[in-house]
Parts: sequence; structure tokens; C-alpha cells
Amino acid sequence: MPLANKPMTETTSRDLFPGALEMMILESLRRQPAHGYALVQHIQQRSRNLLQVEEGSLYPALQRLLKAKLVKAEWGISSTNRRVRTYQITASGLRHLEQQISSFERMFEGIALVLDASKATTN
Amino acid sequence: MSWIPNIFRRGKLYEDLSEEIRLHMEERAEQLMGEGMSHGEAEQEARRAFGNRTLLEERSREVWQWPTVESIVADVRFALRQLCKSPGFTATAILTLALCIGANAVVFSLLNGLVLRPLDVPDGQNLYQVQVGKGHSPGMSYPDYIDLRDRNRSFDGLIAYEISTAGLDTDGNPSPVWLYTASGNYFDVLGVHPYLGRFFHSTDENGPNSAPYIVLSYAFWQSHFQSDAGVVGRTVRLNKFAYTILGVAPPGFRGTELFYAPALWAPLVNQQQIEGSSNLDKRGSQGRWVIGRLKVGVTQAQATEDLNSIATSLAKAYPKEDEGMSFALARPGLAGDMLGGPVHAFVGGLMLLAGLILLAACANLGSLFSARAADRSREIALRLALGSTRGRILRQLLTEAVLVSLVGGAMGVAGSVVLLRWLSAWQPIPDMPINVTVHPDTRTYLISLLLALASGLLFGMVPVRQVLKADPYQGIKAGTAELAAGRRVTLRDVLLAAQIAVCAVLVTSSLVSVRGMVRSLKSNFGFVPQNVIQVNANLNMAGYSGDQLPVVQMRILDEVKKIPGVTVAAYANRIPLNLGWSQNVVFLDSATNYKMSNAAAKAIEYDVSPGYFQAAATSLLRGRAFTWNDRKDVPRVAVVNQEFARKLFGSEEKAIGNFFKIGGGARVQVVGLVEDGKYGTLSEDQKPAMFLPILQSPSNAMWLLVRSNLSSQEVGPSLERTLHALDPGLPFTINTWEEELGTALFAARAASMALGVLGGLGAMLALTGIFGVAAYSVSNRLRELGIRIALGAPRREVMRAALGRVFRLLAAGSMVGLLLGIAATKLLSFIVYQATPRDPLVLAGVVLAMLLLGLLATWIPAQRALSIDPLILLREE
Repeated sequence: MPLANKPMTETTSRDLFPGALEMMILESLRRQPAHGYALVQHIQQRSRNLLQVEEGSLYPALQRLLKAKLVKAEWGISSTNRRVRTYQITASGLRHLEQQISSFERMFEGIALVLDASKATTN
Repeated sequence: MSWIPNIFRRGKLYEDLSEEIRLHMEERAEQLMGEGMSHGEAEQEARRAFGNRTLLEERSREVWQWPTVESIVADVRFALRQLCKSPGFTATAILTLALCIGANAVVFSLLNGLVLRPLDVPDGQNLYQVQVGKGHSPGMSYPDYIDLRDRNRSFDGLIAYEISTAGLDTDGNPSPVWLYTASGNYFDVLGVHPYLGRFFHSTDENGPNSAPYIVLSYAFWQSHFQSDAGVVGRTVRLNKFAYTILGVAPPGFRGTELFYAPALWAPLVNQQQIEGSSNLDKRGSQGRWVIGRLKVGVTQAQATEDLNSIATSLAKAYPKEDEGMSFALARPGLAGDMLGGPVHAFVGGLMLLAGLILLAACANLGSLFSARAADRSREIALRLALGSTRGRILRQLLTEAVLVSLVGGAMGVAGSVVLLRWLSAWQPIPDMPINVTVHPDTRTYLISLLLALASGLLFGMVPVRQVLKADPYQGIKAGTAELAAGRRVTLRDVLLAAQIAVCAVLVTSSLVSVRGMVRSLKSNFGFVPQNVIQVNANLNMAGYSGDQLPVVQMRILDEVKKIPGVTVAAYANRIPLNLGWSQNVVFLDSATNYKMSNAAAKAIEYDVSPGYFQAAATSLLRGRAFTWNDRKDVPRVAVVNQEFARKLFGSEEKAIGNFFKIGGGARVQVVGLVEDGKYGTLSEDQKPAMFLPILQSPSNAMWLLVRSNLSSQEVGPSLERTLHALDPGLPFTINTWEEELGTALFAARAASMALGVLGGLGAMLALTGIFGVAAYSVSNRLRELGIRIALGAPRREVMRAALGRVFRLLAAGSMVGLLLGIAATKLLSFIVYQATPRDPLVLAGVVLAMLLLGLLATWIPAQRALSIDPLILLREE
């Protein structure tokens, strides 16, 4: 992933690009409901620590998703017996995620083609 | 609108969020501790990993907020607190802005009332004044008007009207009123509908004196008939003739001239009864003002062409009167271009000036705000360091600026409303309802609001560069950001010097004009108004005419002379320095062709009774004054002034006994010579004047001059009683001559007042300008000054370092301003009599005023510079 080169300065690590964090959150929640801390852990692990998401930046994204009713939240007790606020993806959240992923894939494919083409010409 | 329910749920939402974040950090810390970290290390690491909690929480909360409004509300609250913390700064800024916005609102209302707004009648923008000839005079003869009215193809209607006076008698106590005599179609063409009763129409006109009807203005109906709805149909006496009140005009309608508030309207066809004589049948007698309503689809150019084709045919048919006649259209309301031209130029100039003043105020406030931003650079640096964005800080500063401008704007508008009320009620000339209504309307409020906002943004933008450049690291390390104490001249310096110059110009000219006013009141007018009461009566209003006039006038004079305390009394057809004057051409005795081009001079004419020169206290230099023997049946004689003698006869000595001719060729012998005087205006060039015996040229206009050795309070009432006893049906006005002079002094008074107000504004501007720059320079150099003090610099040195530059600017600006002001008073001397800057009192006054201004403006910054405690400054490092 060229996007996630390691020495991430403060300014570039906040958002990968608009909507990317939301997409990853939704994808994580599709697999299973989770609370904020677990979400951060999950995203970092899944990206093999290539994406060093500032933990706090999750919360504005979660609030945006809540407001758009793409996820819902509930207070409860976790398996480790902690009081947690668990997020769950909604039906419209699922739909939104599908759309986002397909449009992202198309975009990524396009970018990759352009990058490959330029590689081909320079070589 | 999902944010509405959100507002109520928000407390819960925010609480959840905070709790969630707290738990998140707790969980992270516990995990780290599980990995072997100490409690403190774990907590610190958890915080670091989380990022800027405050900022992130704010971002999260923002999601739920109605986009920007709420953060603006928060900004406003914060700005209010900040502003309250520095009341001096806030008061200065608000006051400056209030004055400037107020001035702009007043001037805009004038512009709106006099220039922008069409006449206040339905579709007023389609109305045009028809002007005559190359001089664009508004006057037209009645026969020409009738021809235009009936033959044009461009207007839906043409109306004619004239300003006039008459004696109105409603209850046996007649008094003079000002009115319009108007053509029958007047109200119908204007499209106005009566408030009560009906108006007169074209169908009411059936030849001279055929329509004895009047329509009252709403204001007159209120003040003189106590809003009695029963007046319709009542009969009143106008100059002793019975007239029926047809109706009352609607409240907003004051007729077709903006500056004139008539009591009533009467049909023009009744001119003979109202004015005592009629010239409606004379094509050469101009004087009717004509306004037309353009047909839909006809352009101004087409209409002018149409009118001029009629003019051509009129010129052919009546070459004697209408030779070379042409017509032009103008905006109605200000006597066409006669008043309209100067008024438009004047108001336009005022608007420009007011705009400039506002701009200068913005510049001043800009530097004031810069000083403030410099003072707060540490706070700003701290906020930047804590993660606030520059945009956020700029918004905060702008909020303060806009807040100041809105409060200032509101205060300014409130002040302007008061001023405009007063201005709308102001009657500058006694005895004539000349007045202009300039009430502010929505347009005024809107413009003021826009101006206030625009200026707020304008001066709020000044410190932007400062904030954008701010480096939080440097800011915190070094305290206030030091700007190099530049030696170069900045734009701000030039601006300030220019303002000081403008202020000095205004101060100079207002002082000059006030001095001129004071002096002109004491100067020689060619008569002495003190201790004279004048009575103005038109005998026509009491029904007298022709041969009756001299008899009645002499009887009045005889009775007045018997009043105790009266030393001398006389009368004339008009008096000097009053509204208008009559100027007639005179010819040398040798002249035989009495064309205008052959005239020897244009002389002001007064028809006076014997004793006039004594009553007016005009010195008779040579020859004799008039006697009652200078009657119609003896050769014509005249008394002339020195200028007349010099102009016609070459010297004062040659005048006595010599002859000249007046229009038509009548020979007149000069029997006396009187001193020169002022006749039309105080600032006029010396004009030739001739005085003719009133018995040789009788007039129904009568100005009685009564000189007494008692006070006017003592003589006035007995004078009134005497006149009333002579003829209860004679309306008259009575004033001291000094009061009556208000008319002549009006222009000078108005100019002095306007200059005074502008001078005050200018001073205010210079004050805030100097204050702003001085404050800025002191707060920028606090550290330097502190070090100087610590090193033992004497107070004088500190002051020089802090404020030397400001005072140099003040001196330079004042100097330039004073010189410009002296140049400008040349212009002023056209309006204000004896305006001269070569007056030590004026010069000293200007210097003193500017010095005071400088001291006042630099007082607070100087105090601040002197009270710097180097220890505190150094500790802050």
C-alpha cells in the first residue's frame, strides 16, 4: 500500500482521504459490533500496523456515522466486564458501505492503471 | 431539519461522548500497564496515542451542531467578554463607527430624499418637469402651457402650478398662508386621491375666478382645523373672497416641490383673486412651473422632441414672446435644474465626503485592532500552540470587529434618526414653510447595515497578516512579537497624516466661518436692524387694490407713528436681505433704444415711503430724502446708492440732479445719495441700488419698519393691536428685523453648521487615528521601552521614543491642513461674509485645537509607556 508509507507526520496521518476512516469503521462493524477502543485495535491489526490511525480521530468519524444513522450505539458491558458503548452497523450503513467500497475500488483501479502506465513508459 | 431535535438531545450526546473517550483512555492505559508500564507512563502514553483530546471532542461535537451558527454564537459570547475587558478600546471603536455610520445614514437619507426617490405619488418616476429655454428655467407662461397641454402627444397630462400666498380667514382672524395655485388637472394627473371630500378637476375651470375652491393639506387640516372631518363643504375667506373647502389631501402628499409644505391648493384660474392681479392671458409672463406624466412607451428624448416641435410653431405664431423658445425635461421636485443641479452636486459631494470619512475611520479602527492583536499576540500564540487553527482565530478576531461595527452601526443609525427627525422639522426661513422631509426608510437602514458590516470586515482584516505570520513557538518564547521599529514611512503613516490634514482643514474652515458669522452680524449692512420691528402685510389679502393702496398705507403709518416709544416708522415694497429682490435695468439719460444690451446697469429697486432711510438708519450722504410731495403727478425722482452713482455717472458728486432712465424710457432725476449696503446676500459683490418714492410706484406688498426706543416686547403688542384695530381683516406677520435677517444668514449659518459637524467628525477621526497609531507603536515596543527604562532613560526620552513619530506626523499633518484650510476659505468667502483666515485668533485656535487633539489622543498610550515596569516585562520572558 503506497498510501501507508511509514514515516507519517502528524498532518498526513489524520485522515487518509475523506471517508476512508468511515469506510474502514463500517467494514469492521459489518464483521461484528464493537466499541471504540476495539475498533482502533481492529483497524490497526488488520492493516498490520501500516495504518497508524490516531486513536482519537475515530470519534468524530463515529459521531458522523451516528448522525447519518449508518451505525447505532448502545451502552453495555463487554466480555472483559468493562462498561462500553458498542456500535452496530444499520441496514442503511450496510448499503452505504457497499456503495463506498465499489466506488473506492473503481477509483483505486484507475489510480493503479495510471501508475502502472507511467511505470511502463519510464522503464 | 434534523438539528432541531438534536439541540435538545445534545447534552446527552456530549455526555456519552466524553464518557466514551474517558473509558477509551482508561482501557488503553490498563492494557499498557498489563504490558509492564508504570501507572504514570501508561496514562501519558494513552494520552499521546489518543491525540488532542479537546480538539477531537470539539470536532465530534461539531458533528451535531447546526453547522457554523453555534460556533459563531460561541465566538460572539467570547468576543463580548473580550470587549468588555477593555472598555476604553471598545468605547473608542464604537463611538468612531457610530459617528461615521450616523453621518453616512444622514447623508444617504438626504440623497435618498432629494435625489433618488421620485415624487411621492403613484408612478412618480414617470413625472418630468418641463423647463424653458437655454437657461433651463422652470417658469412658463400660462398661454404657452395651455398650448403645450393641448398639443403634445407624449404626455398623459401636463399640470401647471405656482407657489403663492394669500390671506386665509376662517374665524374673523385672517392670517397669511402659503399655497399652490394649480391647474384643474393637478391632482388627476398626479394620481393622488383625497383623504377627505374631493379635489378640484379640469371641469371646475370655467374662466377667470370661476373655481372658488380650496383643498387643504393634511398637516394644515390637523393644525388649523383640529382634524375636523366636518370642514368639507365649509366656506372660508381667501383674500376676502368666499371659497369652499372641497377636501383634504392625503397625509404624505405635500405637492410637487420637495422643499415646500403648502397649507392648501387653489385653482390657478382664480389667480386674480388670490394674487391681486392676473397674468394668465399674457404670453410673455412666465412663472408657472409645469410637470408632465410621460405616456407609457414614450422616451424622454421623444417627448423633448415633441415639445420642441410645438415650441417651433409657437415661436412662429408669437415671435414677440416666444422667439427662440425651447423645452427640456428634468427631474421634478427641486424646481427642475434650478435647484436640482446644485442640490444634486451638493448632496453628491456630501456623500463622497461621508464615504471618505467612513473609509478613514475603517483605517483608524484597523490600526486600533492591529494594536490589539499585537497586545494579544501571546494569547494568540498560546491558542495556536494548543491546536487552534489560524482560521478559527481569525474568525474570532473578525467576530469582534463585526460586533463592534454592528453595535456602532446601530448607535449611529439611532443617532441619525434623531438628527433626521429634527432636520425634517426644521424650518430655516421664518414665515415661509420651506422644509425638507428626509425621514429614513428601509433603504437607509439596509445601506447602514451593509456599510457597518462592510467596514467591520474591512478593519477586521487589517490584523490578518499579523496573525497569519504569527509563529506560536516564537510568540511564547519571546513574549510580544517585536516588529522592527521601522524608520521608513508606512502607508499607515501617510493615511494618518492625511487624516490629520483633513481634520485641520475642517477645523480651520469651521473656525473661519464661525468668526466670519460673528463678524458679519456686527458689520455694516447699509442699515441698522437693531431696535426695529418689521411688519409684513399684503394689502391685497384684505381686499385693497389700486388707488386705495396709498391711502390705506398712509393711514396705517399715521396710526403706527402714534404708538408710544416709536421714534420713526416707514414702509417699503420690500426690504433688503430678505427672500428675493427685484432687479431692474436702467439706462443712461442719453439712451433711446431700451434693449437689454443697451442697459447701463442692473439696479436693485426698492419703493420706499418718506422716512424710510431714517427708519432703516441708512445714511443719507448727499441731497435729500423723499417727502410726501413726491407724488404721481410730479416728475419722477430717485435716491441712489454710491455704487449706482459711480456706475452711471462716474462719481458720487455728479449724481445729484442728474437723470437716468428706467425700463420703458421714463426719465428719473437723482435727488439723493445714500451709503452702499447689502441687498440680496451678505457675501454679494457691491450692487447698484435705487430707491423710488412709493407714491410714484405703489405696491400692495407692504413692509413696515418701526424703530423705537423701547424693547420689541413692549412695542410689539401695541403694534399688533393698532394694526388689528385699523382693519381686523388684514393678515400680517410681525418680527424683529434681526429675526427676519435669519433668511439672509441662512446659507452662512447652514455652512457654518455643516462645517462644524464635519469638523467635529474630522476631529474625532484624527483622535482615533492618532490614538490607534500611538497605541500600536507603544504596544509594539513595550520591551524596548522597558529596557530603556531599566537602563535609566529619563521619562522625556521614553516619551520621545514612544510617541515622537506620532507627534511628527501630527505636526506635519496640521501644517498641511492649515495651509489647505487657508486656501479653502477663499471658497468659503462666497457663502460666509467676511470669511478670512488672516486672523490671529483663527490661526491660534487651529494650532491650539490640533495640539489639544494630539495630547488627548496620546494620553493613554503615553501613560502606558511611562508606567512600564521593566521587572514585569523581564519576568515575562
